[in-house]
Amino acid sequence: MRTTLRALSVGLLAAAFAAAPAVAQDKIKIGFITTLSGPQGVIGEDMKNSVELALDHLGRKMAGKDVEMIYGDDQVKPDVGKQLADEMLKRHQVNFVAGIIWSHVMLAVAPTVTDAGTFMIGTNAGPHQLAGAQCNEMFFTTSWQNDSTPEAMGKHMQDLGLNNVYVMAPNYAAGKDMVAGFKRYYKGTIADEVYTKLGQTDYQAEISQLRSKNPKAVFVFYPGGMGIQFLRQYVQAGLRQQIPLYSVYTVDELSIPAVKDAAIGQWETRFWSPDLKNAANERYVSDYKKKYGKLPSFYGAQSYDGIMLINSAVSAVKGNLADKKGMIAEMRKANFNSIRGKFTYNTNHFPIQNYYLLQAEKVGDGVEMRIKKTVFENHKDSFAQECGMK
Amino acid sequence: MRAHLRLIVVIAGLALLALVPAIAAALNQPFYIDLLRRVMIFAIAALSLNLILGYGGMISFGHAAYLGIGAYAVAILSHHGIHNGFLQLAVAVGASAGIALVIGAVSIRTSGIYFIMITLAFTQMLYYLGISIEEYGGDDGMRLPRRSEFSDLVDLGNPVSFYYLVLGVLIAFLYLSHRLVNSRFGMVIRAAKSNEARTRAIGIAPYPYRLVAFVIAGAMCGVAGMLLVNHTNYLTPDFMHWTRSGEIMFMVILGGLGTIGGPVLGAFVLLLLEDLLSGWTQHWQIILGPLLVLAVLFAKRGLAGLLPGARRDD
Amino acid sequence: MNAILLVEQTLNGLQLGVMLFLLAAGLTLVFGIMNMVNLAHGSFYMVGAYLTVAAANWTGSYVAGVVLGLAGTLLVGIVVELVALRTLYERDHLDQVLATFGLILFFNELVAILWGRAALFASIPAFFSGHVEIVANLRYPLYRLVILGIGLAVALLLWYVVARTRLGMLIRAGASNRTMVAALGINIRLLYTLVFGFGAVLAGLAGLLAGPIYAVQPGMGELILIQVFVVIVIGGIGSIRGALVGALVVGMVDTMGRAFLKPVLGSIISPTAAEAAGPALASMLIYLLMAVVLALRPQGLFGARGN
Repeated sequence: MRTTLRALSVGLLAAAFAAAPAVAQDKIKIGFITTLSGPQGVIGEDMKNSVELALDHLGRKMAGKDVEMIYGDDQVKPDVGKQLADEMLKRHQVNFVAGIIWSHVMLAVAPTVTDAGTFMIGTNAGPHQLAGAQCNEMFFTTSWQNDSTPEAMGKHMQDLGLNNVYVMAPNYAAGKDMVAGFKRYYKGTIADEVYTKLGQTDYQAEISQLRSKNPKAVFVFYPGGMGIQFLRQYVQAGLRQQIPLYSVYTVDELSIPAVKDAAIGQWETRFWSPDLKNAANERYVSDYKKKYGKLPSFYGAQSYDGIMLINSAVSAVKGNLADKKGMIAEMRKANFNSIRGKFTYNTNHFPIQNYYLLQAEKVGDGVEMRIKKTVFENHKDSFAQECGMK
Repeated sequence: MRAHLRLIVVIAGLALLALVPAIAAALNQPFYIDLLRRVMIFAIAALSLNLILGYGGMISFGHAAYLGIGAYAVAILSHHGIHNGFLQLAVAVGASAGIALVIGAVSIRTSGIYFIMITLAFTQMLYYLGISIEEYGGDDGMRLPRRSEFSDLVDLGNPVSFYYLVLGVLIAFLYLSHRLVNSRFGMVIRAAKSNEARTRAIGIAPYPYRLVAFVIAGAMCGVAGMLLVNHTNYLTPDFMHWTRSGEIMFMVILGGLGTIGGPVLGAFVLLLLEDLLSGWTQHWQIILGPLLVLAVLFAKRGLAGLLPGARRDD
Repeated sequence: MNAILLVEQTLNGLQLGVMLFLLAAGLTLVFGIMNMVNLAHGSFYMVGAYLTVAAANWTGSYVAGVVLGLAGTLLVGIVVELVALRTLYERDHLDQVLATFGLILFFNELVAILWGRAALFASIPAFFSGHVEIVANLRYPLYRLVILGIGLAVALLLWYVVARTRLGMLIRAGASNRTMVAALGINIRLLYTLVFGFGAVLAGLAGLLAGPIYAVQPGMGELILIQVFVVIVIGGIGSIRGALVGALVVGMVDTMGRAFLKPVLGSIISPTAAEAAGPALASMLIYLLMAVVLALRPQGLFGARGN
């Protein structure tokens, strides 16, 4: 036993120290931090699949050099995310760090990466701090600023002339941000603003309250499993036909397989949808479907774009990664074929892009989101003026 | 003889840790300094929990609260422009001790599963409190404006200096634990765990001793919290979540309850395994899970029980 | 706030309570009789949901799915007990905590490997869908009433088994003094395995009932586990009656808190303060309840265990 334990500990340390990275700096090294384990691993899986597809499309080369991807699992913890970033920067000496689903992980990781003079390419989290006061020239995002998507829904519901809207979201920072974004553009009356416990599974009590208030419409934000549960219970309560349900980040390509027909008729706003018509997106979606047997989600689309953004910068400087100024300049131009179509970057390196109204429809024997109209054209986020960059 | 053997093993381990920065520099792998620093910080937290859990038999599921309190003390002061490390340390220790006193006073009246649930409830309430304070980031948390400053004694911005600071604290706390546990005070705590009725029969009421141990453990964990927020450079109420308490508990149990070095060993094995396994596969939990079960089934006194110098009695 | 709403929320609270009871009953049995803390109880809940959905899809029949799902959960429970947990009855609670936590990790990942991480599609079977008009203007989902009915039936069944049958007597005797029972020639090991398996089946039943309304995904058990522990602490460990009462109380308090706390608070303090305080307080409510119960009755409402 004694010798076994000694061997085990030596082995562990050795394995940890082992595999000194081949200092072949003629590779492009990209670290990708996402959540791969646990229930939210389903998002990370989509992102990783999309990154792999993007690399396939590029022939796994950028500017003629091989690309090495290093994936990390942040377990939804900021300190683990930071540890991964440290490992990628110091041990693997990556040239770019990309990914990150969660705002709090992003807020812990982004400064670490940018302080080390490395690019941070966000492919989901868009906290307002990084759009505003903490903006940084080495930080770019291919997603959106958190508030913009609910702003679009707020505008749409305002344009519809709705009044007496019931609002629900989980009680945490993102939930409050979503509601704040919604209220920035929706100026009608609000029947009630209800914050539920994060991770809550049963919404029957809230649904009963909602029904008693008899609102004209309901606006919710329920990401992940919460969305599946809320949607199911809302429909099972018979409310789908009675009170129209509008949402953001509640019904998406990851959750539709779990709720199927219960999603039909759902309204969402988003900057992208699998049916968005442009060459890059059509190629992405159809190849994703071919390779993985299902539709990609926006998390994946953003990650695909992240790789393409990096590629555009690397190609522009012809693989000379020391020319960071050159890469920043190229990235600012958003000079690549994005899955969202042509877009530009704002001074804070957040995209200026369209936001569409989507509805879930029956397509064949499945359910898919379809774009119905454009709500915002070239919409800027609300925090750019707090950013000091020009 | 056995005690000497145990001491040699502990010193060997600490010596190895002290050499890490040199080894890392030689191998050109500076990342390991950061990795092991994080592991040591959690080892300190596990050490503090062991005082009440391993020796005192008080199963506190709320211990991560003190990690959070220590972290918040530093971050809040820093947010308001106070960067003096000594002052922050004083506040971190004071706040942790104070809150431990309050929680302990109420909880220690109960025992067993009830004690667990009450400490859990308190931690949850602190966690929800942390989430709701928008000023300090709510559940998004916030970046630490500046690392703690200790005049010119040690620069936390220098990874190696910071590493040695944490190692120093770990050694100091190991020594402190050793003295505490082997003092008269410690003996009362252990006696009360072993047989409470008999302890009372000889005229000693365990309650005040347990409360003091609880406060000391809370204060020590507060120091760990201070180190953690400086290490991560980021504050999040996540530090206080009950699942973190669970993780620290697992380190103590895995390492060996009621042994001085056990929790440190547990922290190292658990965190290094996590890091190693998650690098291999996204399904690392299916490997770690059964490993934990096997450890419980076959390492009856924890991993420390497998090392030379392990006591057979106790 | 009208009478209809109150009745509806009461039903909601009872139904939530009954769901918690199904989970709490198994957990308190195992804890009370075998003195074992089983954190992996939530995993049996998850396994029940997954096996039922998978079996229903495979056979095309909901009923077949339920039968196979429950049988499968029973099998899993027994295997886990035999292979991993049997030796832990004599061990410290903390060792049990660590080992069962290891099982949680294992099962979550196993389920993710077999069925993927995305939530599964589970629907309410046709004969349970739709609404029932209980009183005028109150249409309540039939499925939730079914859950309520099943839960109460199980409670009745458990009471009967534990209080009126020989098996129940053996269980209670084994809890009091297992050495004596073993000395009387009863196969204590077999008894424990059966009780453990039965606890797993109860959890699996809760899981398959929850499937169509909650999300069937890895880790679904842990979301509800903490509430279940609160229930058995309030009810008293080892007491089925306590589990039922505790579960119904927690279900009601939680539901009423989420529904009415904010408006009630809003009339006492300012509405804007209630906006912030309401949700936070509602989340903490069941913990406060537990603290109050323990302060008044440290062994829980119906707890009788000496240790």
